[in-house]
Amino acid sequence: MAFVELDNLHRAFGDVVALDGISISLEEGEFLSLLGPSGCGKTTALRLVAGFDQPNSGRIMVAGKDMTRVPPNKRDMGMVFQAYSLFPNMSAARNVEYGLKIRGAEKEKRAAKVAELLELVGLGHAGDRYPHQLSGGMQQRVALARALAIEPRVLLLDEPLSALDAKVRVQLREEIRRIQSRLGITTIYVTHDQEEALSISDRVAVLSQGRIEQVGAPAEIYGSPSTPFVAEFVGTMNRLEAIVADGQAGEVDYGGTRLAVDAVRGRSAGERVLVLIRPETVELGPVENGAALTGEVISHTFLGPVTRLKVALDEGEMTADVSASRAESIPVGTRVAVGFPSGSARLLSL
Amino acid sequence: MRKRIAPSAVLWLLIGAAYFLIPLLAMLIFSLRSGTTGKCCTGSNYTEIFRDPELWRSLKESFILALETIFVALALLIPTVYWVHLKLPRLRALIGFLALIPFVVPPIILVVGLLDVYKGSPQWFYAQPYGFLVAAYVILAFPYIYFSLDSGFRAIDVHTLTEASQSLGATWRTTLFRIILPNVRTAALAGAFLTLAIVMGEFTIANLSAFHTFPIYIQYINETKAYPAAAVSLFSFAITWAAMLALLLAGRRRPLQFGGAR
Repeated sequence: MAFVELDNLHRAFGDVVALDGISISLEEGEFLSLLGPSGCGKTTALRLVAGFDQPNSGRIMVAGKDMTRVPPNKRDMGMVFQAYSLFPNMSAARNVEYGLKIRGAEKEKRAAKVAELLELVGLGHAGDRYPHQLSGGMQQRVALARALAIEPRVLLLDEPLSALDAKVRVQLREEIRRIQSRLGITTIYVTHDQEEALSISDRVAVLSQGRIEQVGAPAEIYGSPSTPFVAEFVGTMNRLEAIVADGQAGEVDYGGTRLAVDAVRGRSAGERVLVLIRPETVELGPVENGAALTGEVISHTFLGPVTRLKVALDEGEMTADVSASRAESIPVGTRVAVGFPSGSARLLSL
Repeated sequence: MRKRIAPSAVLWLLIGAAYFLIPLLAMLIFSLRSGTTGKCCTGSNYTEIFRDPELWRSLKESFILALETIFVALALLIPTVYWVHLKLPRLRALIGFLALIPFVVPPIILVVGLLDVYKGSPQWFYAQPYGFLVAAYVILAFPYIYFSLDSGFRAIDVHTLTEASQSLGATWRTTLFRIILPNVRTAALAGAFLTLAIVMGEFTIANLSAFHTFPIYIQYINETKAYPAAAVSLFSFAITWAAMLALLLAGRRRPLQFGGAR
């Protein structure tokens, strides 16, 4: 049985439907990310789980108990917020201690727990500091320690890293994952950052317009998107609208050009499909007679480990990620042949 | 390098200071004149008023009235402003408008209206300053306390702090007392000290409703004794300044920072 279950949750604000029948289950100790663009309903879903808002319909179950109408202070869920949420009138240690004090824990136990958690988040030395004396990253670490102090059944994180700079963000997300794995705490993490979601989650639920588009392991979400939205939103994807030319041979017709796509095997000829190709699998080469797709390199974008090239095809556009040295040999304006391994392309029905 | 202050700024500062200080200085000199010879300088006027038990009685009454007004106004307005910021932000404009009414309704209209409204109320309320006057003073203090609290609440992230507290198991009451109140303390103190200053100096309502508060005493001395009147007026100024100083010191405590990192 699932430890946390969101069962057909609906939430509307006036005419605006924020959640349109969301259902997700989490196993105990699982780390699930809700990923989606702004306004997709991910924070609304988290707030329903936390109890700060009520669904119009649907249920939230935790360990088999219906929590839908239970007030937030009785849910035993720790939450880390997007905005800095430390109590400004309390030191870091007193912030962490707050939930324990509310629960009537003994002084010695409280002190031991606070010390342990501040140590866990790497702030054993900063217990006496007030929030305004801490950096953004440190504040979010204390917020995490504070949420963990009450030993919550579920840990909820609402874009906790979005206000931090890139380096701290990467560092802290790894720490969050390390701590979550160590404590084995069931976690729901809301983010709009696909890299963040893919790098730390056991599973990712991609949301769009209040609905779940796909739930799966990060590799599955990235490698086998099940809807055009997921393909578009998660990573960069080349999309070619084509028609199945030969289902047995595995060929599609793209603007009069035949392309080999293994995934098309078994489909009936004439079916409209969307061929999805990741930029890192695209191959660029010299134009030779018989090349299937050709085009002209129109831009170079340096991305660090790779350089992204945009190629204007005779029909449409293709993005390719190549090494910096390879990119140097294909300057802007070069005509190239564009290909991809037939087994690497994914397929969606249109 | 230290910035030099422009001579014109110094001039204007001196003019401003003179505008406020010369009358006070004149009042001080006047209050030090002898009641019998009319010559400067003697402390007999101060001795006379400080020996008058009516001064201390009226002062105590006004002070208790001020404390009671502050208590009632804060008890009413802190939860109200908290709730409005948290749940009914659209009502802020309406409450802001209502808070301006005591400024535009003259005290004489207010007191006539209040005397009529409370006419049928019990004697312990209607005939006592700690009942009727406090009700009137809470209305007078409304704008001062409301706008102070409103700015205090706007300076904190009420939603996030409340939700963070609740997610840790706190009830509404615990959240209000342990989290919200300490973080609007300076704003509440600002409103409280302004209220103190207003109540300590309020004359019209107390006079028309026939209560003998400190400003009534000042007026009585003013009508009967010229030199002690100046002394008691300066004394009342000193009380107001002490309240303002307390406000300044309270406001200078550790500033709170929200949202920003170091």
